[in-house]
Amino acid sequence: MSETTGGHRTVTLDGNEAGFATTKLDALLNWARKNSLFQYPFATACCGMEFFSVAGPKYDIARFGAEAPRFSPRQADLLWVVGTISQRQAPVLRRIYEQMMEPKWVMAFGTCASCGGFYDNYTTVPGIDKIIPCDVYIPGCPPRPEAVLDGLMLLQAKITHGNRTPEIVKPREDPAQKYGNGSPSQNSNVTVRRSKGGEIIGGGHS
Amino acid sequence: MSEIALSRLKETFGEAILETHSYLGDDTAVVAPEQWRNVCRFLREDSVLQFDMFIDLCGVDYPDREPRMEVVAHLVSTTKNHRVRIKTRVGDSEMDGAELDSVTSIWPGADWLEREVYDMSGVTFRGHPDLRRILMYPEFVGHPLRKDYPAQKTQPLVPYRTEEEAGLPLEKLAPFREDEGMSFGRKDWTRSHGEPVTGDGVGLRSGGSHGAD
Ligand code: SF4
Repeated sequence: MSETTGGHRTVTLDGNEAGFATTKLDALLNWARKNSLFQYPFATACCGMEFFSVAGPKYDIARFGAEAPRFSPRQADLLWVVGTISQRQAPVLRRIYEQMMEPKWVMAFGTCASCGGFYDNYTTVPGIDKIIPCDVYIPGCPPRPEAVLDGLMLLQAKITHGNRTPEIVKPREDPAQKYGNGSPSQNSNVTVRRSKGGEIIGGGHS
Repeated sequence: MSEIALSRLKETFGEAILETHSYLGDDTAVVAPEQWRNVCRFLREDSVLQFDMFIDLCGVDYPDREPRMEVVAHLVSTTKNHRVRIKTRVGDSEMDGAELDSVTSIWPGADWLEREVYDMSGVTFRGHPDLRRILMYPEFVGHPLRKDYPAQKTQPLVPYRTEEEAGLPLEKLAPFREDEGMSFGRKDWTRSHGEPVTGDGVGLRSGGSHGAD
């Protein structure tokens, strides 16, 4: 059985038919890689708490095929740098990175890993990109788990396209801003709190 | 609460207790540095006082005073349930002579705290069993909690990647300038004292809020 839509032919096989699909090897490999990221969590500070949350059942990083942490860098292909990197730790982090097999990706989890955060002094490396390459920066102190998942999906998209340009996770649209000018629709589960003067003082999910 | 400690100290050491004060239940004695270890031993062994727990030790730099470095210890008696704070002052404006007797033989718990004060403020403790840096790495030069350590100076162990190596700008766009948008001008002290502000690879940061995301 076959039908043609927009130049692509979609084939559905009956139970007793056999068939095959063609693809580019690179695309297949990238598809496999992005859906089976083996992570090495380099958790050094308070952001680690938020990492546990992402890894736990509520936010469930397993949905992205990235649930298995490897505590040997040789078995990992995604390095999560979770927390503050002190000058003293910098050689350790670089060594961990160098021990990982290619292809490998790096995520900076939180403001400290991305740029040093408010530790603007003798103690702290001002961003891990000063010592190792970094693919995705997740801002926030600490970032919410949703932002981390956004970062993971951004990385998956980048793996699909073989794009190694570093990128920063952008904030999602703020529901309070989106619905601020009109009343929320009946179906919306977003509520907007207003002060007496009418300006928005907060938003939330009901 | 333990004004008894202050009066016992004054009775026993007289002139060596330079000043005492009590404020909101906190009792403080400033002692002469030569008597530091004797005062500590007395506080620990006196049957009325029995300060058996060494809580904390820190250095406080007052660069415009002489002696310049104040060393502060906090003690608790778990049997008598009282506290005292003792201070001493060492070091001239160049921090020469910033030396104290170690009290590790009186409270073994003072070991790492004295190493911390040595590391951060540069006070040498005579008789310490293993006086070396505890927080900073051995290659670090200087003592970062002295007020004349430039606020922006970093001493990286790993050379930073250059923008050519990375192929992209490494400085972050941020809403903050050199002072991170803070109103109090955190680097003023070094500036007003004519020290060069040497920022090695220190860039602009976006501020964090530590949990209040
Ligand atoms: S970004 Fe904030 S929460 Fe994360 S490690 Fe730094 S200070 Fe802690």
